[in-house]
Order: sequence, then C-alpha cells, then structure tokens
Amino acid sequence: MTDGITKSATGIEGFDDLTLGGLPTGRPSLVCGSAGCGKTLFASTFLFNGARLYDEPGVFVTFEERPVDIVANVDSLGFDLQGLIDQSKIHIEHIEIDPSEVAEIGDYDLEALFLRLEFAVDQIGAKRIVLDTIESLFSAFSNPAILRAEIRRLFDWLKQKGLTAVITGERGDGSLTRQGLEEYVSDCVILLDHRVDNQISTRRLRIVKYRGTAHGTNEYPFLIDEDGFSVLPVSSLGLGHKVFDERISTGVPDLDAMLTGGGFYRGSSILLTGVAGSGKSSLACMMADAACARGERALYLSFEESEGQTVRNMKSIGTDLGRWLKSGQMRYIAARPTFYSLEMHLAIMLREIGRFKPQLVVLDPISAFTGAADISEVQAMLLRIVDYLKSNGITAVFTHLAHVQQAETDAGLSSLMDGWILLLNREANGEFNRELYLLKARGISHSNQVREFVMSNKGIHLLEPYLGESGALTGSARRNEEARTRRAEVDRLAEVARIQDQVGQRRRRALAQIETLRADIDADEAELKRLVKAEEVYLRQSRTDSAEMARGRGMSNSAGKTKQD
Amino acid sequence: MAASSNEPVKLVLYVAGETPKSLAAIRNLEKICSEHLAGKYRVEVIDLKKQPQLAREHGIVAIPTLVKELPVPIRKIIGDLSDTQKVLVHLSVEE
Repeated sequence: MTDGITKSATGIEGFDDLTLGGLPTGRPSLVCGSAGCGKTLFASTFLFNGARLYDEPGVFVTFEERPVDIVANVDSLGFDLQGLIDQSKIHIEHIEIDPSEVAEIGDYDLEALFLRLEFAVDQIGAKRIVLDTIESLFSAFSNPAILRAEIRRLFDWLKQKGLTAVITGERGDGSLTRQGLEEYVSDCVILLDHRVDNQISTRRLRIVKYRGTAHGTNEYPFLIDEDGFSVLPVSSLGLGHKVFDERISTGVPDLDAMLTGGGFYRGSSILLTGVAGSGKSSLACMMADAACARGERALYLSFEESEGQTVRNMKSIGTDLGRWLKSGQMRYIAARPTFYSLEMHLAIMLREIGRFKPQLVVLDPISAFTGAADISEVQAMLLRIVDYLKSNGITAVFTHLAHVQQAETDAGLSSLMDGWILLLNREANGEFNRELYLLKARGISHSNQVREFVMSNKGIHLLEPYLGESGALTGSARRNEEARTRRAEVDRLAEVARIQDQVGQRRRRALAQIETLRADIDADEAELKRLVKAEEVYLRQSRTDSAEMARGRGMSNSAGKTKQD
Repeated sequence: MAASSNEPVKLVLYVAGETPKSLAAIRNLEKICSEHLAGKYRVEVIDLKKQPQLAREHGIVAIPTLVKELPVPIRKIIGDLSDTQKVLVHLSVEE
C-alpha cells in the first residue's frame, strides 16, 4: 500500500488521536494486561462503537464470560449491547470448554472453532471481531503444540478474512502475555496496566508496537467510568497558545487597579499562593464571580470544600455564587484528591472542561494533590492542565497552600504561571493581618506594594500600605498609627489657625497705629497751615500798617482824612 | 453394566469435511462400536462444514469430537479415537 495502512477508529476517546486513527484495519491487534485492567472493556468498546458509530458489525467471541454477563457489564456504561444484538449488528459467540468433561484421544484440530467463527462472521457481515481471551484455550486443551499451530492458523484466517480483530491476553511473567500470544500478533500490541500507588489505583495504556505507523510511545493514563473507556493523550501540546490582549477583571477593583490597565489578560494562568486562611479561595471565588458577571462560564474544581460550604462562605463576604450555580453559568465539582488517582482527576477535569466549555477554571487547591501522589507526577499533571487550558484560551486560577510565608510552590509551578499573587498572613502586635502581594504579572506593569487584604461583608478590599516610621503597618497598628496621625494633624491645623489669628491681630494693631500717626500728621499739618496763614495775615497787616503809617505821615497836612488804627 | 443393559448408547460424531482426521475418527468409531458395543448404540455423524450452526448449538470447538449424549452424563471425546481402550473408559460403556 502506498499510503500506509488503513485504520479503523475505535471510538475510544483519545485512543484514536494517539494512534492517528485507531487500530489497523483487517489485522489483529493484541491488547494485553493483568487481570482487571480493562482489556475486555477496551475490546467491547471497540466492538460496540464499530457497530454503533461506524456501521461495522462485530462478533464478540468470549471464552470466559457468559454473553449475559458481557451485556450486563457494558450496560452499566450506557452501552445498549442487547439492542445491537437484536439488530444483528453484534453477535456474541460463547466458546465454552469445560476440560473436566472432555477427554483427548488422538489427533484433533480446532476446525469447529473456525467454522463457528466463520458462521458468526458471515451471519452478520462482521468487519470486527474480538477474541476474549483466547488464552483460555490453553487451559482447556492439553496439547500446546496443536494449540499453537491452531492459533497461528486462526490469526492467519482473521487476516485473510480482513477482520479488524482485538485479541486480549493476560499479562505473564516477563512477557506480555502468559502464552506468548505476542509472537503471533505482529501488527499492533497495546499494553494496559493497572498500578496502585499510595493506595490509589492508576490505569495506564502504552502502545508497545504498531507496525507501519507513527504513534505515541509514552504511557498514557486511561479512565474507565460511566462514560466508558477514555485514553488521555496529554502529550506536549507545544506552546501554540492563543494570546489575548483583552483584560479581565479579577472581581476585586483594588486588585485590578494594581495592574496597569486593569486586571489580568484573558487566558492567563494565575496562581494564588498563601498560608492557611489567607483568603486564597475567596479571591479565586471573586474571580469566578467576576467571570460569571461578565456572562461567561466558570468551572470550579474544588478538592477540599463542598459546594454548599463555598457558597455559604462567599455569602459572608457579600458574594452570591448560588445564583450562578442556579443559572448554570457556574459549575462546581468537588472531589477529594485521594478519591481518584491523578490521572483520573486529570481525565475528569479535562472532560468536564471539554463539556462545560468554561472561560475560567479554578483549581482549589492544587497543593491538595501533593499529599496524594508523587511530586513529579503532580507537576506533570498540572503542566498538562495548564497547557490544555492555555491552548484553549481559558483563564486558569490555581490556589496553592503554602506552609511557609514565602514565594515558592512545592509543585514547582511558578514559572508556568503568568500571574502570581502571594497572600500573606503576618503576625504583628498580637494579631494576624492578611497581606497581598502581586509577585508577578507577565506583560503587565504592576504595583510593587504589599497591600493589606481585608475581607468584610462588603467584599474584598486592598488597603493602601501605611508606611509608618518602622516600616509598613497593618491591622490595629495601622489604625493606631492612623489615629495618631489624625490627632497630630488636628493639632497642627489648630496651630496654624492660631498663628493666622495672631498675625491678623498684629496686623490690625499696626494698622491702628498707622491710623493714629496719620491723624497726628494731619493735626500737625493743620497747625502748620494755620501758622502759615496767620503769618500771611500778619505780614499783610504789617504791610498795610506800615503803608498806613507812611500815608498818615505824608498826609498829616491833608485834612479831612481820618486815620484808622 | 447397568447403563448398557436396556438404554442404547447415543453417540454423535462431529466432523468437518472429509479430512484425514475426520475419516480416521469415523473409521475408529465404527470399529469400536462393532467390536465392543454391538447392537447397543446409535451413531450419528454430523458434518459441521454443512451445518456450522450445530457447532454453536452443541458447543463444539475441536474436530473431531465424539459426544455421548445418552445415557447421561454427557461425555465428550476429542481426537481421532485412535486408542480404543481410552475411548471405552471415557464412554463408561466397556463390557
């Protein structure tokens, strides 16, 4: 074939992405793993989806479980297998061998098995077949040489019939399957694993071999839940994240104001670190509340608190999350970290995110995982979450419980984050006061101040720092200092008023003196004028008198003239 | 034996076409019946190539398979029946 092998989709979430299409069409694939790891479910999902989604009827050949059990088992996952059986899209062929009632005498082969399979395949026109698990034959027949030859013939027959087959096999010691089935199946081998770490079980899937195609080689966690079998190919997604210029409010106006331009960028990953009771969850809730208020959807994944508890607690600081939960804009999922394995958590988170399509996701707190699993696994999981959310342009808010008052996360996540808010709870003067520090905000110039973080029934407020003589002050020390300052201010103002008054008085007094002096001058001038006038009068009189006198002397001869004065 | 006194032994031999193994089984069965179970048996030979649905119905996997349906309990022998004594032991019908 020029364009490589063709593939048949399994319809298993994630698996088809991982294998770039599914299982090799017309070839047998081996699915092996230890007991209870989900082989049969993988096989039945493959078959069920084939019949339901891809119009490829299938035969389920069971060597162990009875058909009724198989139907009942997958029924709990919402697979209506019986319905497909009734429509002749699936046939369950039960190969039952009870070694106790069978004796082997002489030479034999398994031709009847072939005939039965062929009959079943032809009956419904099957394109897919599952053999679960063919190794049971080894306990039923005592001649392994015959069996091996027959199994080899069976696989050749499957290929010849062009059936896409899934063969399950039990994991053996040091080999993939107990009976070495892998030597017959050379096209595709899938290993399922089921490990228990710290009492938490984890399922993993690995593609050991897939001839003729590229495939992921890692171990991928997978999940079996009410939706069936899903693989989580959470490989590195690269850094092709969507980038937004839009700013979104944190729900706390004071915090927005600390970020030049108001709030964080959409699609940011924001980490809230703090010690117990420093207000991480409340701040995260405010962000979720703000998202809902913008008409967006918010998903709150809580690992410590229940929904009711959070709603009640947020009410006490004046935020009603209940209305968003009621309107369906907010979803709240609470699960203990130890309830599932990390992979399970990851899977559930990704699935819920995929379904709910929120614009904002809160994980509260991520530190809860560190107790439940290995730190490197927690890191890997969180990295995948961050990657996933970023690549989908979803704003993520993570809270992290710190045990010490320092800027460090044991999950080593800080470098992944775009925004990092540090919440402190400082003891001073016999009281604890909350403080908030904006440690990091990529691409946004931001305040370097440590603000006092105050939660009241009016919401969250960040108070300007009070820089006293002995550094920043918070709490009652701050209030004390503020009162003292106020008193000093009052005193100072009174002093100013007093001095003003004094100056006024002095001025008035001076003006009065000026007035008196001016009156003196006026009086002096008036006197002077009077004197000058008197002098003039005198001079004139004296002149007149002298003229008079002179005349009188000259005119003493002239009678009739009366002398005056 | 009590079992063989009045009830006839009902034997069904499943084969698939005329393969050497099938033919050998038929031959061996005929020999055993005529030599050891004269007159006390009914033998039916079913070719599953022609009636594959019977393989499903009767739960046959290996070829050839000899099934003793009566008297109960049901016994199955697979193989070409080349060991007469063993066959008789498993059928619990030796004289």
